[in-house]
Amino acid sequence: MMKDMMPHFDLVQPTDVESALDLLREHGRDAWALAGGYDSFDWFKNRGKQPSVVVDLEGLDELKGVRETGDGIEIGATTSLTDVENDPLVRERYGLLAEAVSVVASPQIRNGGTIGGNICQDTRCWYYRYGMPCYRAGGNVCYAGAPDAMNREHALFGADRCVAVTPSDSAPALVALDAEMVVRNARGERVIPAGEFFMPPGVDITRMTVLDPDDLLTAVRIPARWAGARFHFEKVADRKTWDFPLVNVAAAFRIADGRIDDSRIVLGAVECIPRRLTDVEDLVRGRVPNESTAAEAGELATQGARPLSYNHFKIPLVKNLVARAVRSA
Amino acid sequence: MAERSSTIDPSAHRGALRADDAPWEGLLANLPGRGNVSRRQFIKGVIATGASVSAFSYFAGPAATSARASVPRLVSINVNGQARRVDVLPQETLAMTLRYKLGLTGTKLGCDRAECGACTVMIDGVAHYSCSTLTQRVRAREVVTVEGLESPDGTLHPVQQAFIDELGPQCGFCTPGQVMAAAALLEANPNPTREEARRAMSGNLCRCGAYDHYLNGVMRAAANGQAVAEEVSNG
Ligand SMILES: Cc1cc2nc3c(=O)[nH]c(=O)nc-3n(C[C@H](O)[C@H](O)[C@H](O)COP(=O)(O)OP(=O)(O)OC[C@H]3O[C@@H](n4cnc5c(N)ncnc54)[C@H](O)[C@@H]3O)c2cc1C
Ligand code: SF4
Ligand code: FES
Ligand code: FES
Repeated sequence: MMKDMMPHFDLVQPTDVESALDLLREHGRDAWALAGGYDSFDWFKNRGKQPSVVVDLEGLDELKGVRETGDGIEIGATTSLTDVENDPLVRERYGLLAEAVSVVASPQIRNGGTIGGNICQDTRCWYYRYGMPCYRAGGNVCYAGAPDAMNREHALFGADRCVAVTPSDSAPALVALDAEMVVRNARGERVIPAGEFFMPPGVDITRMTVLDPDDLLTAVRIPARWAGARFHFEKVADRKTWDFPLVNVAAAFRIADGRIDDSRIVLGAVECIPRRLTDVEDLVRGRVPNESTAAEAGELATQGARPLSYNHFKIPLVKNLVARAVRSA
Repeated sequence: MAERSSTIDPSAHRGALRADDAPWEGLLANLPGRGNVSRRQFIKGVIATGASVSAFSYFAGPAATSARASVPRLVSINVNGQARRVDVLPQETLAMTLRYKLGLTGTKLGCDRAECGACTVMIDGVAHYSCSTLTQRVRAREVVTVEGLESPDGTLHPVQQAFIDELGPQCGFCTPGQVMAAAALLEANPNPTREEARRAMSGNLCRCGAYDHYLNGVMRAAANGQAVAEEVSNG
């Protein structure tokens, strides 16, 4: 592994969002928005991506912090994962998110890494990260999908030429909370539901989110709808620190008279986008969250899984994590 | 790892790797691309990571984009309580500046990829990986490295002393990072539980496996700190 300088880029440190947006528009694909850098520097150091202008988001104060809104809360995109985890509003109402960010990477990475960066981060497919000219890099082959490829971390569902998965721990939690992404560019602002923010490879194989190069994610809004609901988050990874999820599950339940009134159950790291299990949500609606409901839910969650050579083990993981989530309701 | 001299020539890097200037572009023109991906994007994608890169970087093209609003090169950063004037490249990491420009080699570089913790320093009292922090980001911050912990009279920081007393280090390579992670923890939480300390120290690998010794050290430092605090409050 190389330990030398990153290749040169111009670093611009705007102090207001308008200037940042202008810079992104002006430089288009040659520009790169920099938040915590924990995804970006890996690319730059390995020469996998080489922007000529890096726009540092650190100086944009309005992108930082957690605010209460009329309907829930709004988290600025560059709020650090540590600050999200420790925020009193997040802890009190949206413990699911606090728990999800608490198991990201390592303490130091959570101190510097941001919620926006965690959502926007690129996949960790290591062929792609190593600079192989695969589909996702604009080529016409997938290295990880080959029968003898190292694809233990890859997708069970929704593969379309690319079998990479979403690496984020916070993304499934935000989809489960019906969060919305506030996106701005030089032409204006739009608000995108979390469930529509992530990009399936069948639509555009070269990006992980709907963001265009000149778009900035400014905030994440979490509506009151799931505030204080019953939550369950679980992540399985090789080590407790640093390692990305092999499978994670984020779930929210509303219970009425001992029965599941409504729920959100979302898996991470099994598909290119967070996988919301609407079938399972339908199945458990109106049911008592007992052992048999849990078992059926777990079974249903694995339907349609298409394992690769080395990731069969994710199927029982999905089954058990979903069953446990339902049992916890 | 080879030590680097402090004179890094930016012109060798500037613009050298931009696909626009690439002399090999013609060679790649006929490679298959995907409908929605421009050829230039494709070329950027295939510039493989690793060994081939060093050869590419000798093809220095014309200077890249204008420096409009780009960061200054001569900056002053506050390290261990001193203002240090230093010539810093835009893409330079704090670990590089500390070790190769300021001679503060107590901060180690293990992985350079945010995966080991050897480079941990405190920035405004919070533990960060200096291998993954741009120096240009800390111009208005206070950086403390392992060299900055002992008092002027040479008394060690309570964490340093406790690590010695608990025989924390084995080979010692990870120690400066472990010290900084522990010092940052005690700054935020002077009286952690063992579990809290374990979690706070979890971003620092130790290949010698001396984790429990370090953890004992953190708990001892906390206990000593509590004892001192009580003495002070008892007058
Ligand atoms: C060793 C290691 C282990 C890790 N383990 C985990 C893990 O277990 N779970 C997990 O979830 N993550 C993990 N991560 C990922 C880490 O949490 C992310 O890298 C981090 O959250 C990305 O955030 P950042 O602020 O550092 O992003 P950056 O690297 O600054 O940005 C990431 C990407 O998002 C874009 N971007 C960032 N902010 C915005 C914005 N506001 N608007 C538009 N685009 C934006 C950037 O342009 C870039 O493309 C790990 C990372 C490392 C290095
Ligand atoms: S899984 Fe996707 S990112 Fe990985 S090699 Fe295949 S196409 Fe590329
Ligand atoms: S050198 Fe920074 S974390 Fe390993
Ligand atoms: S003491 Fe050797 S690596 Fe920790």
